[in-house]
Amino acid sequence: MADASLPATPVADDDVARRAVQRAYGVPVGAVLVGVALLAAVGLLSATSGAAGLPVGGVFAALFDWVPLLGAESSLSATQESILFEIRLPRLVLGMLVGGSLGMAGAAYQGVFRNPLADPYLLGVSAGAGFGAVLALGFGLDLGWGPFDTVPAAAFLGALVAVAASMAIARGGGTSPATLLLGGVAMAALFAAAQTYAIQQLDETRSREVLSWLFGQLNTSGWKQVWLLAPYTVVCGAALFVHRRHLDVLRVGDDEARSLGLDPARSRLLVIAAASLLTAAAVSVSGMIAFVGLVVPHIVRLLVSHSYRVIVPLSAVVGAAFLAFTDIGARTLLAPAELPVGVITAFVGAPFFALVLWRGRWSTA
Amino acid sequence: MPPFRFRLFAAILLAFTLVAASCGNDDDAGEPVGTQEPAPPPPTEAAPLPIETEPVRSQRIVSLSPMATEILFAIGAGEQVVAVDEFSYYPPEAPVTDLSGWDPNVEAVLSYEPDLVVIVNDANDLVAGLDAVGVPVTLSPAPAEFESGYASIIDLGIAVGRLDEALAVVEKLRAEIEAALADAPDVPLRVYHELDDQYYSVSSAGFIGAVYAAMGVVNIADEADPDGYGYPQLTEEYIVGADPELIVITDLMGYTAADVAARPGWGEVSAVRNGNIVMVDADPASRWGPRLPQFIAAVAEALQTVAESDS
Repeated sequence: MADASLPATPVADDDVARRAVQRAYGVPVGAVLVGVALLAAVGLLSATSGAAGLPVGGVFAALFDWVPLLGAESSLSATQESILFEIRLPRLVLGMLVGGSLGMAGAAYQGVFRNPLADPYLLGVSAGAGFGAVLALGFGLDLGWGPFDTVPAAAFLGALVAVAASMAIARGGGTSPATLLLGGVAMAALFAAAQTYAIQQLDETRSREVLSWLFGQLNTSGWKQVWLLAPYTVVCGAALFVHRRHLDVLRVGDDEARSLGLDPARSRLLVIAAASLLTAAAVSVSGMIAFVGLVVPHIVRLLVSHSYRVIVPLSAVVGAAFLAFTDIGARTLLAPAELPVGVITAFVGAPFFALVLWRGRWSTA
Repeated sequence: MPPFRFRLFAAILLAFTLVAASCGNDDDAGEPVGTQEPAPPPPTEAAPLPIETEPVRSQRIVSLSPMATEILFAIGAGEQVVAVDEFSYYPPEAPVTDLSGWDPNVEAVLSYEPDLVVIVNDANDLVAGLDAVGVPVTLSPAPAEFESGYASIIDLGIAVGRLDEALAVVEKLRAEIEAALADAPDVPLRVYHELDDQYYSVSSAGFIGAVYAAMGVVNIADEADPDGYGYPQLTEEYIVGADPELIVITDLMGYTAADVAARPGWGEVSAVRNGNIVMVDADPASRWGPRLPQFIAAVAEALQTVAESDS
């Protein structure tokens, strides 16, 4: 009966329609493979480049030696090994985690707010985190507890307070995305002002320290920051991955979503909470790294697919590759001096994004 | 008739008055312009000239530079200083206020009615603001090397009318610096001077780096500062790869030598292996002035220890 009720359409039209649907909502295996291959290539390039100039062959041998069951002998000296395993690799992995987190959170925010300008810092996460970090760095506010250092802990709490305040203004975020967005703008402005005031009260050394934190950096102390961030990336990333279809449904509007059996307020709240937690964790270990969360989802959308089923996971992969790649520049362009990675993300990302925009057809979320 | 005549007379009188007045105006306006250009002070007034023996001293100095404050007190101008910025806490008798040298407010500075303001850099258009109300300003930036540092002390001495004292302080400081430098071993040890845990360091382009250069050590930050900016940020793996034999940190950053030694990946660095991480007082190690020899002596002593443990 169901088949018979379908209107008889010419075969050619049916094919076109199916292909269009597939292009919009199917999982593009090729693009995912390309993304993963890109990530792996960036990882290898990053592992073999750096200011200490480790021999490439030695790095490979040491990496193979590290992987169990591959009995290669490392030819690196003790110092070189500690540079590779305690400094370079943690930084590489941290860059991937932060980039992936920001890319995914950005995609989620753009979906929830149905706004192409939405980025992970929209609800005041960055300003809140910055304020917390300034208090901790500059005024010795001690929030360290167990494995959590003072600065990440303070930044994390500040970010969550700012987001919670934004959502409180909008009465839970269930009402309308526009109200929440404006609440976020208000909170971001408030916390940014508080942060500026706090920085102004600091002396030269401390304010420079705060500013270089605010610029965004991937300096790690060993694997510590990686272990701090990884649980959030896994849990929140999984939550966003599971709810990525909701974003596609939310696109059509609240009434239509409700008629499709989705509670829009609940979905929105859940996605915003997961994305904010993810962003807060990323910002607390790396400071404010701009541009990744805004642009990576757009690049995926323009090059691969308009469906959030694809955009959310692929933004994580592309964001990870993008930040790891730009960090190679941060570590080597001025070597042995350091360049803030936030500078390079925009410097590399903006022209590339412009090119994609110019060639592709623009469409909002 | 008579009223008419009177009116005519009055009108003529008024006209003359106006013309005379306008002529007088012209003369008044013209004369100063003519005399201002040569502007010779009347010789009779300059003749007694007590200035040569007793220089005109600023009596209400405001210093917005902790470095300049230390120098002003060292050259005996302390009693002329009425207010200093929030970080000028040395010497203890300096009149600390909540003025900011970083983000100065011209009205707040003027509320102390200064007759001289000493600043380290011209933030917030402070110089233009003080110029507008006729308060002289002396700019006293951090020097790049010793000689310009000595010159800046002399400049301050001239500005506040204490040239002789300034010259004496320079002579004493020069002797102390040279003596402290002489205590350093003549060995090209590799040194890393850390400003903060973002790995900012000092190259030989600044006066702190000049101390290391004068000691003949290898400052690992020099390679990172080809443009001579003075304060490069190093990449962590470069620091470890350069394998410094002495690491110098300051006591203001909230971490200790043990924290540096515990950094992941730093265990194989010579300075860490041999326990050669030295913490110095932050202020003598960042402010050009009479306390610099303390910093030099601390570094020289640490280098001596390293050189002895090596041999």
